Amino acid sequence: MNPANYLILSALLFTIGAVGVLLRRNAIVVFMCVELMLNAANLTLVTFSRINGTLDGQIIAFFVMVVAAAEVVIGLAVILTIFRTRRSASVDDVNLLKY
Amino acid sequence: MSAPPTAVLAQDALAQSIQGTIDVPPIQYAALSPIIIVFGVALAAVLIDAFASARTRRLLQPPLAAVGFAVAFVAVVLLHGRRQILAAGAVAIDSPTLFLEGAILLFAFLAVLLVAERRLDSSGGAIVASAAVTPGSPGATAARTSAAVQTEVYALMAFSVAGMLLFVSANTLLVMFVALEILSLPLYLLAGLARRRRLLSQEAAMKYFLLGAFSSAFFIYGLAFLYGYAGSVDLGRIADAAGTATANDTYLYLGMALLGIGLFFKIGAVPFHSWTPDVYQGSPTPITAFMAAGTKVAAFGALLRVFYVAFGGLRWDWRPTVWTIAIMTMVVGAVLALTQRDIKRMLAYSAIAHAGFLLTGLAAANSDGLRGSLFYLVAYGFTTIAAFGLITMVRTADGEASDLSQWQGLGRRSPVLAGIFAFLLLALAGIPLTSGFTGKFAVFQAAVAGNATPLVVVALVTSAIAAFFYVRVIVLMFFQEPVMDGPIVVTRPTLTYAAVGIGAIMTLLLGVAPQPLLDLAGTAATSGFVR
Repeated sequence: MNPANYLILSALLFTIGAVGVLLRRNAIVVFMCVELMLNAANLTLVTFSRINGTLDGQIIAFFVMVVAAAEVVIGLAVILTIFRTRRSASVDDVNLLKY
Repeated sequence: MSAPPTAVLAQDALAQSIQGTIDVPPIQYAALSPIIIVFGVALAAVLIDAFASARTRRLLQPPLAAVGFAVAFVAVVLLHGRRQILAAGAVAIDSPTLFLEGAILLFAFLAVLLVAERRLDSSGGAIVASAAVTPGSPGATAARTSAAVQTEVYALMAFSVAGMLLFVSANTLLVMFVALEILSLPLYLLAGLARRRRLLSQEAAMKYFLLGAFSSAFFIYGLAFLYGYAGSVDLGRIADAAGTATANDTYLYLGMALLGIGLFFKIGAVPFHSWTPDVYQGSPTPITAFMAAGTKVAAFGALLRVFYVAFGGLRWDWRPTVWTIAIMTMVVGAVLALTQRDIKRMLAYSAIAHAGFLLTGLAAANSDGLRGSLFYLVAYGFTTIAAFGLITMVRTADGEASDLSQWQGLGRRSPVLAGIFAFLLLALAGIPLTSGFTGKFAVFQAAVAGNATPLVVVALVTSAIAAFFYVRVIVLMFFQEPVMDGPIVVTRPTLTYAAVGIGAIMTLLLGVAPQPLLDLAGTAATSGFVR
């Protein structure tokens, strides 16, 4: 199968993630969309690893996974404290800081 | 018989590589010592937090962080003149890198002084006693007045500083990405640790986190395309590949653009600036000072390295974009700062405008531009730390007097403090005899030499606009009657005095006698980034 197809697939996933971050209201869903973007980048890395015939891309993908896991720890902690205060995880409700 | 089938050959090779020894790359610990020292401090701080009593932690953590950063700074000074690539190509040490590392460590030291201050609030410190307590709950009042402090702040700061040091010295995009996360993740948490105005602080943390994660996703996607283009994430190899016009250029330009979005976000350039005012306003003010100085140096250092080393041969392709972003950043920062009523938010927009002035140095794309940018970063860092430190001292009963109207007539009541603040604002505006003027002059001169005169014209116009809102605050402080029950200026916060004093003195020194630092930056810029 032509590896370029995987690049198109990952570009689609990345776009869905980016659009989701911009449009969705729930902080958890926004965060999941960021994770989708990271995983789209992973798919790109692995595809290029195959195209280039070097292993670097696959190893970088592992690094990205670890970083994503660390990000989940921080992110859920932050979102949880907000949720406990406001009983809502909507990013439209956090509007004290503006203009 | 004939040769064995290829599958068997491959298996033999695999078996050999498994049994054979793997060459461990040499690690030059001495040359990496600043980064290793700061990581060591961070780990020690985590252990102290885990095992020491609350009182010991409060006494032990601030000196540990301050001394650690100071020792790492000495290590940077001792390394001066080193120019090599370390750790199997992962990290580079050269004069611009050491210059930036030294600046980051100095600013981190000053920021620790501000964070460790406990005489400002009646209960002590700008950092919350327990970040997990829900605002508005019965425990919240107790947490606000408690003498306890979330001492994890020092460990988080040390990790963040280590990430910044690694970020400016990364020689491959992978190390740069990991360093970006090491510096950002603690900052997301630090933003949410304010003792007063917990809701604003938590909101700042969440906005910073979501937008920061969004931008690092762009960074890693850009990294993936550059890997696809060059077959490697080594900055030098990317530059080599870009020099030969054989590979698919689409990947190169896509990668450059996406990587640029990630980096421009971190320096707060327009249109990726929207997090800056919210995060600067909501974070605890000492942390804002740390972010404004340290993160800016680190992110700009990495940006300079990427654009000079990896994309140095493509400057005709990226210069128009950098021009556009620089112009937008300067204009939006200066114009929106005019309308602000909150002093921290005003300084945040001023930080955006300054990012634009710094980009002028990048748009110059010559070694003078690099020199100007390096000098500007140090000058701006000292001034901004002193300014935010000073804001922590002007307080009302419910925390800092952040609203501009409360600053009215402050010059009559505390002339010294208002005088220093006025001086710092003039430095930010770029008036002669302050470091701000020298920095702007160095950057603009380089930009004119680099055929970016229109950019300099825009920069001068926006400087004039920016001067208006700085001077407006000065007029407010000195030429208007004090308000009734106005803010109180806290007396004798020794550590804050020290940090503000050092920042203000450096602002004056770099304005009156800038030559030594200009020479240092010039030497660093002439020797350039190692490849």
